[in-house]
Amino acid sequence: MSKSHLELTNVQMAFDTKDGPFVALENVDLKIRKGEFVSLIGHSGCGKSTVLNIVAGLLQATRGGCVLDGHEVNTPGPERAVVFQNHSLMPWLTVYENVELAVQQVFRKSMSRAERKEWILHNLKLVNMDHALDKRPGEISGGMAQRVGIARALAMKPSVLLMDEPFGALDALTRAHLQDSLMKIQQDLNSTVIMITHDVDEAVLLSDRIVMMTNGPAATIGEELHIELERPRNRVTLADHPEYVRYRQAVLSFLYEKQRFPGKGEDEQDKPTAEAEAASQEDSSPDVDNEHSESPVRRIA
Amino acid sequence: MTTLSQTDSLSSGQRWLRALIEKLFGQNLAETFRQLLLPAIGIALFLGFWHLAAPQVQTSLGAFPGPADVLEQSGQLWQEHSNQRDRAAQFVTMQEERNERILAENPGAEVKIRDYPGAPTFIDQIFTSLGTVLAGFVLATIIAVPLGIIIGLNRHFSAAINPLIQIFKPVSPLAWLPLVTMVVSATYVSDDPMFEKSFLTSMITVTLCSLWPTLINTSVGVSAVNPDLLNVSKVLQLSFWTHVRKVVLPSSVPMIFTGLRVSLGIAWMVLIAAEMLAQSPGLGKFVWDEFQNGSSESLSRIMVAVLAIGFIGFLLDRIMLLIQKRVAWNE
Ligand SMILES: Nc1ncnc2c1ncn2[C@@H]1O[C@H](COP(=O)(O)OP(=O)(O)OP(=O)(O)O)[C@@H](O)[C@H]1O
Ligand SMILES: [Mg+2]
Repeated sequence: MSKSHLELTNVQMAFDTKDGPFVALENVDLKIRKGEFVSLIGHSGCGKSTVLNIVAGLLQATRGGCVLDGHEVNTPGPERAVVFQNHSLMPWLTVYENVELAVQQVFRKSMSRAERKEWILHNLKLVNMDHALDKRPGEISGGMAQRVGIARALAMKPSVLLMDEPFGALDALTRAHLQDSLMKIQQDLNSTVIMITHDVDEAVLLSDRIVMMTNGPAATIGEELHIELERPRNRVTLADHPEYVRYRQAVLSFLYEKQRFPGKGEDEQDKPTAEAEAASQEDSSPDVDNEHSESPVRRIA
Repeated sequence: MTTLSQTDSLSSGQRWLRALIEKLFGQNLAETFRQLLLPAIGIALFLGFWHLAAPQVQTSLGAFPGPADVLEQSGQLWQEHSNQRDRAAQFVTMQEERNERILAENPGAEVKIRDYPGAPTFIDQIFTSLGTVLAGFVLATIIAVPLGIIIGLNRHFSAAINPLIQIFKPVSPLAWLPLVTMVVSATYVSDDPMFEKSFLTSMITVTLCSLWPTLINTSVGVSAVNPDLLNVSKVLQLSFWTHVRKVVLPSSVPMIFTGLRVSLGIAWMVLIAAEMLAQSPGLGKFVWDEFQNGSSESLSRIMVAVLAIGFIGFLLDRIMLLIQKRVAWNE
């Protein structure tokens, strides 16, 4: 179990732009165990989607690389299924056909027609969408479409499930409901998940580990926080659980104290912070939050 | 109640009128009124204006025809067509009877039935034109859609072919026609031709002029497929053909159809011009012949043709719209 399942090593990502190369990511190192649920959190534009796209194979790192089960990732593939931020269902296909497109492609050879049908229905049932099989994405709500997107990804039996702010566009109730379903599904299937989120509660509730990214450009991993809360987790009872509150505070402190200048103008004030954090990363234990109160960075900011 | 509140807030004449109608006829009738009666009023006003203005315009062939003349001539044209039909039928029965007699005397004799040699009527010309425009349009579609897909998918190809599109797109059918005529007569030589040369000339001219909107719209539609959907396709590792069939084509169908509708409209306009200029059978030739004929009825007959051309163009567009509604997912 200690051998890593997915490994990003020394990843740099530079985009070609009008005014020369733009280095979005620098020195990103990440090892993920099989069955681990990892959240990526960081300010807007820091490079979370870029990391995810590199793992998905949709982007090629300019330096370093990504290895999954001993094989280097160069191209996209169904074993790294992606749940996109805005569901990305084909608007001309029905709910059923959208999942069918994926299942057809992945299990064309290994499943019979009847088995495929059953598998499609099974996955739609998993996300409670088996009541709207013949509806088009335009005819269902955003939350429902997002669930179909998740069903489509799960139906590929991916070894890693990549999710880019899967619940970002949803209302709080739907979001909570989907989070609970996702937790249950992930536990049942023991799938490896990388999820991007902006929501601190979501990150703490769902993850085994929260990976916090520093602000770009040249963003990297600032801190990692292991969440050692017992599963299954219950959002209501956890709400005032002291550990939960502590984890939450740790993430908030990273985001709003250490990395509080997202976007423009962060260069002078945040660059040193980012580097300091990256440097101190090696010896920072899961309970990083203890350091916050005395953080020298905070006094600078 | 709703009527009351609407009458309360009379802000414009239009709203007042609608409120009045709703009061008088009820909601449903008001809707019918807007959809049927108003267009009818528009047409009636136009006819009235036409009726009054036409006699004021004097030409060498007499006064410009008014609506009544045109109506009369359309009846006349229909009459000529049915007379022609009768005569053609008679002509055939006559031949059949004669053949029977010949066969009765000499069973080994070779007999044949010749087509009626009379000139095509107005109605015949309409169907000739429709056949030509459909053939040209179908050919244009067969060329433009696949080519547009390739252009939309491949940036390099698009860059290479774009200047050509920009240059050929604005060319008038009148410029193509002599070239097409010469090329067709030089290359299409056969003893037993399947198509008339004139048909080929008009059809190819129609194709050359009408394929551009479809080509451009298809390529734009294809290159504008939502990048997220392209990513889905990549993650699924769809093969090139599946990608085109399942992602690219459905996504660009609305754009393609917009292009097809514009193309069909252009095809119809170009066809009439081509037929007129090339003297190839069809409505254009009918108009030209009447113009050359120069009788006192010519102008009315041309006017009938003008209205028929407009009406058929409108019908063609409606048919395309119906097909689009059946095929496209976003309607
Ligand atoms: N194709 C590209 N070309 C140039 N720059 C890019 C490209 N894609 C991303 N970037 C830049 O890389 C940085 C990281 O982008 P990314 O989309 O990964 O951010 P993010 O963390 O996902 O943001 P958000 O939370 O808003 O989605 C941004 O500054 C962005 O402008
Ligand atoms: Mg993003």
